[in-house]
Amino acid sequence: MPYKIIISLFILLSLSACNVEPWVKPYERANLADPIMSFSPDPLSQGYIHHVYQAREGARGAEGGSGGGCGCN
Amino acid sequence: MKNNIIKTLGISILTILFATSVTYAASEKLSGKAANFTLKSRSGKNIKLSELRGDVVMINFWASWCGPCRQEMPLLEKIHKKYKRLGFTLLGVNVEENTSAAKNYLKDVRVTFPILFDPTNKTSKLYDVSAMPTTVLIDRNGNKRYLHKGYKPGYENDYKREIKKLLRE
Amino acid sequence: MVLKVAPGAVVAVTRTMPYYLLALFLVLLSFNSKAAVLPAERADALYHSYSGGGIDITGPAVLVRKSVSDSVSLSAKHYVDTISSASIDVEVILGASTYEEERVENSFSIDLLNQKTLMSLGYTNSEENDFSADTVSFGISQDMFGDLTTVALSYAHGSNVVGETGDSSFSETSKFDSFNLSMTQVITKNLIMSGSFATVTDSGFLNNPYRKVRYLTSPTTFSLQDEEYPNTRTSNAVAFRARYFLPYRAALHAEYRLFKDSWGINGTNIEVGYTHPFLDDWIAEVHFRSYVQTQADFYSDLFPFVNAQNFMARDKELSTFNNSTIGFGISYEFAKGEGGTIDKASINFKYDYIQFNYENFRDARQTSFDAGTEPLYQFDATVMQLFLSVWF
Repeated sequence: MPYKIIISLFILLSLSACNVEPWVKPYERANLADPIMSFSPDPLSQGYIHHVYQAREGARGAEGGSGGGCGCN
Repeated sequence: MKNNIIKTLGISILTILFATSVTYAASEKLSGKAANFTLKSRSGKNIKLSELRGDVVMINFWASWCGPCRQEMPLLEKIHKKYKRLGFTLLGVNVEENTSAAKNYLKDVRVTFPILFDPTNKTSKLYDVSAMPTTVLIDRNGNKRYLHKGYKPGYENDYKREIKKLLRE
Repeated sequence: MVLKVAPGAVVAVTRTMPYYLLALFLVLLSFNSKAAVLPAERADALYHSYSGGGIDITGPAVLVRKSVSDSVSLSAKHYVDTISSASIDVEVILGASTYEEERVENSFSIDLLNQKTLMSLGYTNSEENDFSADTVSFGISQDMFGDLTTVALSYAHGSNVVGETGDSSFSETSKFDSFNLSMTQVITKNLIMSGSFATVTDSGFLNNPYRKVRYLTSPTTFSLQDEEYPNTRTSNAVAFRARYFLPYRAALHAEYRLFKDSWGINGTNIEVGYTHPFLDDWIAEVHFRSYVQTQADFYSDLFPFVNAQNFMARDKELSTFNNSTIGFGISYEFAKGEGGTIDKASINFKYDYIQFNYENFRDARQTSFDAGTEPLYQFDATVMQLFLSVWF
């Protein structure tokens, strides 16, 4: 159940964004453009650390950063 | 399940190809009077757009944190040098709230055209800047004529063509 | 947080999920805006080291990404794990012994940019002496709503061949399909958030052929038998992430992920971290991560008798446990904006200390205890990375 709720929220949120004028203007992105605000600043390092956890935890998926399979066991 | 996956992928790819087959023109035509503004320049002098009436004016909205802006900065300097004696003025409007990063950047990348500061973004709002960089071309009569959103290699050729056209009018 | 959902419900949601996602994506696609950009051109060379629980894994990794035109970017990755293991799993089954092995992973991907859409195709191969994996992936990402929102959808299909060292007649296969959807949203000038959803289905031979379960042979002694896993697994994960820019140029980040699968595992992790640039060229980062999970339905540390259930596992990865990580990173940037072929370079060091605490996995090596009364297992791991990055 929680998944259905979360996904519905996700969809609602996305659709509501359709009618909204961009509230952060392109010329106001100075802080967002700073490399320290990147979700995946170092893809190779991030991929490695995801692999470290994936091999030792039951959970997998939605790690963020570069998607796709890791071919790990 | 496998068939469905293939179907899903197929539909996605087709949709993407369709959606992206409508390519954007690098330049949009504009009309109407260019809104007037006064901004402080790097030299400390106030520059007023209406006082440049009679010149072809190119306004480039830029920021030091914006990669494409940095990429086109040296090319803008070349355009400025090439056309400045023919009744052409290039204004580089920096949109950053904190101007120190821009001033630092300009120490490394030297440009001779006027750099104006819009720390309150009043002018950026006035021109409805919707991409970084944004470049607007204004004719000798003070009318907005061309708009470029963003920068990609090759845009400088469009700028030159449009500047020449406006200079001849 | 423990969620109780019947396995059937998970499967039902998962079957229909990709179509919800697709529908959502197509709706979003029709509201497109301006051009996206290709990923930055860079090369990374990394040395990694993991040490914990009797296992040492080290190796190099290299990733190169290069644009060949305005709209095409290629990337290639080479990754090696050199494993030396005398882990608790090996010791319980084989007695005190160490095995050595190597895993080599190579992957290639091509990214295509068409105005506002970034498409990518990838292939990954991973080889070990007893395990071979091939994965193909396809992804699309799209900027929209004045570039405040990025939506990405990806699909991967993997096929594996599982072998067993010392038994050349043993060969099994497994495969997986994964769907991923993520949305990144600019919330304010200083806040960016993202939501990700992933569903993965596996089928085939999913056990580790070397692992055993233990069962009671008398009230105080145990023996071992082969594990038996179900041959399908479906899992869903949803994650939320946020990054917040602090006024003096520093960043806070947080992550929350919820996981559940058709084997009865519920996992949750949270992470918080802080990034702080200093002295122009340095960036320091600290983070804390915590993970908890409940066991798989067919997991038991000690089964009551031989062949006690049709499915049986005693992998500590499927037990009820938690772990905590405290880590830091430091990076130094150089060769910035000097012109020439290099835009920027950085040298980075990252260190993570992880502590694993098992709640129903006992240390069966401790033979002085009666079966089932051994102390619970726990171990610490140290993860280190040293890497050089060059942007060109």
